[in-house]
Amino acid sequence: MKTEDDIMIEDLSSKEYEAGFVTEIEMDILPKGLSEDTVREISRLKKEPEFLLEFRLKAYRHWLTLKEPKWAHVHYPAIDYQDISYFAAPKKQAKYNSLDEVDPALLETYKKLGIPLEEQKLLAGVAVDAVFDSVSVVTTFKEALKEKGVIFSSFSEAAHEHPELIRKYLGSVVPYSDNYFAALNSAVFSDGSFVFVPKGVRCPMELSTYFRINASNTGQFERTLIVAEEGAYVSYLEGCTAPQRDENQLHAAVVEIVALDNAEVKYSTVQNWYPGDKDGKGGIYNFVTKRGICKGHHSKISWTQVETGSAITWKYPSVILRGDYSVGEFYSVAVTNHRQQADTGTKMIHIGKHSRSTIVSKGISIGQSNNSYRGQVKIAKSAEHARNFSQCDSLLVGNRCGAHTFPYIDIENSTGTVEHEATTSKIAEDQIFYCQQRGLDQEQAVSLIVNGFAKEVLNKLPMEFAVEAQKLLAITMEGSVG
Amino acid sequence: MITIKNLKAKIGDKEILKGLNLEVKAGEVHAIMGPNGSGKSTLASVLAGREDYEVTEGEVEFLGKDLLEMEADERSREGLFLAFQYPVEIPGVSMTNFMKAAVKAHREHKGLPELTAKEFLALMKEKKQLVNMDTQLSQRSVNEGFSGGEKKKNEVYQMAMLEPKLAILDETDSGLDIDALRVVADGVNKLKTKDNATIVITHYQRLLDYIVPDFVHVLHNGRIVKSGGKELALELEEKGYDWLLN
Repeated sequence: MKTEDDIMIEDLSSKEYEAGFVTEIEMDILPKGLSEDTVREISRLKKEPEFLLEFRLKAYRHWLTLKEPKWAHVHYPAIDYQDISYFAAPKKQAKYNSLDEVDPALLETYKKLGIPLEEQKLLAGVAVDAVFDSVSVVTTFKEALKEKGVIFSSFSEAAHEHPELIRKYLGSVVPYSDNYFAALNSAVFSDGSFVFVPKGVRCPMELSTYFRINASNTGQFERTLIVAEEGAYVSYLEGCTAPQRDENQLHAAVVEIVALDNAEVKYSTVQNWYPGDKDGKGGIYNFVTKRGICKGHHSKISWTQVETGSAITWKYPSVILRGDYSVGEFYSVAVTNHRQQADTGTKMIHIGKHSRSTIVSKGISIGQSNNSYRGQVKIAKSAEHARNFSQCDSLLVGNRCGAHTFPYIDIENSTGTVEHEATTSKIAEDQIFYCQQRGLDQEQAVSLIVNGFAKEVLNKLPMEFAVEAQKLLAITMEGSVG
Repeated sequence: MITIKNLKAKIGDKEILKGLNLEVKAGEVHAIMGPNGSGKSTLASVLAGREDYEVTEGEVEFLGKDLLEMEADERSREGLFLAFQYPVEIPGVSMTNFMKAAVKAHREHKGLPELTAKEFLALMKEKKQLVNMDTQLSQRSVNEGFSGGEKKKNEVYQMAMLEPKLAILDETDSGLDIDALRVVADGVNKLKTKDNATIVITHYQRLLDYIVPDFVHVLHNGRIVKSGGKELALELEEKGYDWLLN
């Protein structure tokens, strides 16, 4: 007989993926397979400067010497790297000067995703860069930002227009040799966003990139580089979706952030890649390396992420706290449903004196999913009076899911303070009944309780994104009762 | 309002309600008293639709509808309210959000438009005064860190917000000092109209000094063994339950 829990879980588990449509659009796709020639071809197609090709080739050659990491608490069949196409671009690919020139089918796609691409949304104060498969489609508000000296463009464009900056900072936080997926990304990365905020400038609006994988059998390897000079401030948002497909698709991105003296960078992600169907078929493998360096004193980098998508998430946005009095923050909500697997967390590497870090991780497991927190706090010898506070809470819905916590703490300086708190709880029948007695149905009740659980993190998101994230959580909780 | 006929219910293999009959009309206050383990709280839970209990026999008609056919949340939206003996904590969910969701669900059910933020806040303010809630309360998470008295006040406050047809107060007096008891009872009395009804479940006569019942029933071993007017409560206070049960 089905228990109350089973019925509830089935209801909750049968949510559908709303961004699962495919856009019919003519594409230039490189044939499947990866070799030195592929790397050269990508660089040639993108008309890159020589130094970038060199960077790619070094990365590729290094990648060949590496083995795929196996330490994460996730399981998946071996990936055939020769069965993936490493570059896909919409065919009509001229330079876009205004939205009118962009393929209407593309704009329609972004409209469906609810992205405020049109200039009329100026009032919303969000500048958007949209990456469709491998190519950045349009960057809005470029002019408005230019006045302030802020550069916000696709990575490819930046490679042409600001090669000196790219050369200086690319690979400076995540070297190509960092790990298997970072090396792969460095060899074949297609596009991404570049942000540069000059000394003393507060970026006047939230910057936002939407990533979309559309073509089948392609991987997406975007590269984001954010540099905030002395005293600069920028808040950057990233959203991701992909169509519903039966095969798995690989997404291996790299994000690098550099914060100089007194600079602050806030990086928020709402990740909603296709998670696969309820039996675990299809979905995105999301193997991402995100790292920031607080290079200067009193600098601050803050990661906030809401992870609801992907079949597998392998992601540890980290901060190297090199500057004295620098601050690193990581706020995360990760929801897994059906057979999703998430192994996510952060690394806080304290080098500077009086550096501080805060980690708040909320994992929610539903269905038969597995949700792991993996975090490292390292306090180096030089990091006098460094402080860390970590809090990892897990919420289980039903009896068939799992929550795991793997904290690694490594302290080499006795003046440091490290605190770690962890809780695991189950949504109690009592809580659901209480909500029902006040008129909320079971779904609303669970959604409310889960939102309450995640609130501390959701509150860290910029206003507009917070609303989106709450909706996304509600959708993840939603059942198709009928 | 509500007509309960031959209601039998069990939890696991244990039968707790063994053929209970009760009728409550609009405008009435009924008190249900009885010793520990007589089935008082079970009655409240079964009427509210808690799933742990299985109804094995009997009928309950609520405002012309079959109550037992409805899910717990439908019962609430139809106008049945339970003030919990042990209100549950929901961390991270503010009282404001909680009530907003509840009021919205109730209004949708009645085909009414959602209140604007301004209207909603005005409503909260008005109802808070009813139970002397301090203003901070609504910024706090549902019942989290509330004292016993605050939790009970909060139940009556929610009752005021939802304006039920039938309110069931399950041991609302337990854990209250005399001042809090007075405030809570006062709130309940203010909410009384000729169109709604209240069932007060209590162990002690004390609460009935403040919420004066029209009828008093004694529950024992899953059945109502004696019914009377408000004097019955006083008699019970004086003589205890034994003289009735033997």
